[in-house]
Amino acid sequence: MANTVLQVENLIKRYGDVEAVRGVSFSVQEGEVFGLLGPNGAGKTSTIEILEGLRTADGGRATVCGYDPAKDADALKHEIGAALQSTALPDKLRVTEALKLFASFYKRHKEPEELLKRFGLEEKRNAFYGQLSGGQKQRLALAIALINDPKVIFLDEPTAGLDPQVRREIYDIIEELRRDKKTIVLTTHYIEEAERLCDRVAIVDHGKVIREGTPAQLKQSSGDTTRIEVRLARPETEATLKSLEGVVECRCLADSFVLHCSRPPQAIVALVKYLEAQNNELVGLEISSPSLEDVFIELTGRRLRD
Amino acid sequence: MSNLITLTGMRMRLAMRNKMFFFFSVVMPVGIFFLYAGVFAKSRPDVVRFLLGPALSFNVMGSFWGLSAALVMFREQGILRRFHVCPVKATDMLLSSLMANYLMMLPIVALELLFAKYLFHVDSLGNVFTVAALATVGIISFGSLGLVIASVTNTMQETQVLNQLLWLPLIFLSGATIPFTALSNSVQHVGLFLPATYLVHGFKKAILDSVAVSGMTMIFISLLSWFILTLFLSSQLFRWEPEAKIGRKAKLYVLASAIPFFVLGAYEAKAGRVIAEEKIIMQQLDNAEEHQSKPDPQKSAPSQAAPDQPQDKH
Repeated sequence: MANTVLQVENLIKRYGDVEAVRGVSFSVQEGEVFGLLGPNGAGKTSTIEILEGLRTADGGRATVCGYDPAKDADALKHEIGAALQSTALPDKLRVTEALKLFASFYKRHKEPEELLKRFGLEEKRNAFYGQLSGGQKQRLALAIALINDPKVIFLDEPTAGLDPQVRREIYDIIEELRRDKKTIVLTTHYIEEAERLCDRVAIVDHGKVIREGTPAQLKQSSGDTTRIEVRLARPETEATLKSLEGVVECRCLADSFVLHCSRPPQAIVALVKYLEAQNNELVGLEISSPSLEDVFIELTGRRLRD
Repeated sequence: MSNLITLTGMRMRLAMRNKMFFFFSVVMPVGIFFLYAGVFAKSRPDVVRFLLGPALSFNVMGSFWGLSAALVMFREQGILRRFHVCPVKATDMLLSSLMANYLMMLPIVALELLFAKYLFHVDSLGNVFTVAALATVGIISFGSLGLVIASVTNTMQETQVLNQLLWLPLIFLSGATIPFTALSNSVQHVGLFLPATYLVHGFKKAILDSVAVSGMTMIFISLLSWFILTLFLSSQLFRWEPEAKIGRKAKLYVLASAIPFFVLGAYEAKAGRVIAEEKIIMQQLDNAEEHQSKPDPQKSAPSQAAPDQPQDKH
């Protein structure tokens, strides 16, 4: 059985009158990729920064690799690696110098050359940080996060602000780390990132964990239904659409309706018949399995990026 | 210790790659020296010797500009928070800033002394050991003032305003630019509360009167205790995060760091020793200038003998 390397119990963090983290609890097993999924301002970064020893909690308990981040931050920092959100390196620092510099801070560290190769930065070894593209900077940030061969890696919004191609590159790197059985805690507000990369996900909203489990478990908790998103020529009421045969749940989004259906064929037939009777038209229809986005909408009543 | 060494190396590399830093830390100090020696002293060796102390002080004091600006820029850009997640302490960051500044500033001081000696033919640089010791204490203590400024300001704009507010009295009321004796009596008494006054005065005494370190213990003790106090304050107020703002009251800590010079200033205002010594130094300069401006009887004589022949043989 895998060891618990990270345990969080009822964590609280306040900034003045604002309670950013309101009793967050979860645990992470060794070799697991754990995701904190939630919108901006949900308290993900505050939570992760408490675990990294960068901020002190106002309440609750946390242990990472057996250390209390508030009391043993110095010892803990030797065991963890982190790629922080909104951070930078000096523009005139060369890539290889940055890796050597950060390697020098740790008792045990990997060879900078090995990481340059692994993260595809060999050709950029002598480039200044200020000359790197967004994707290269993020790859360097990940390389630095791994320089001390950490037991736990914290990745705070690792692909935020990156274009889709670079994002896929970063996914590949994280998947490689996952195959290497590295313990990773990542925060994200991208559904596909959480679904693709995480073994388990905690959905965070307004400073609280509102649901936790594997992506499959979370989607199942949504009722094991099929998601049909329809756009109509004229709006209908949620109650009317919910009453159609085979429809379990209906939710109105900005310009469409999402029907959660236990029997999709019957639901589509019933919908078409109903619209004909009402002299209304079906403008668009999209069938998919429920996503974590649906789970989030079901739990909070709004989209993740609203 | 190893963090301190690697961070010092990084700071030096970054500084040397920064054109603005290179201009303000290398080009400008040397330019200031040539302004004093070539323009103000008109390249006259004995006057250059008198102005060497103020020129060195001007450049040593400038340490606090670069240090405060660099640290605030690192914080604003989120560079400090990247180091915070590593096993790096605030004191590593602060001491490496001071070390790098010292290692880059000291050669500039040495270069200015060499220029004075070999370009401007100053016959004696006084007690060079005391000059080096004063430069050392001056660079680290004024550098440490820069660290406090970085700790009590929230933005680069605030840093620059505070730098200006401190810089102007430091250079104009200390004798670094305007001769101390040219200031009115009341302004001189204000100047006695500034660390810069003692640095300028110390350099003059070391160069002109060859005074040893033991002959100006009060100056060294004050500058060193100021250094310790400012370093302690900056370590206590150090912030890694750009969003961690400091309250207005905390900015008053800059004043608290000047306690050693409140004490020394009060003592000197009563004793009047520095003002009296400055008058003597100025008198020596006047005498030297008077001596230089008098026509040389040997050169002015119409039937001048060979230079090595005594005058009375005519």
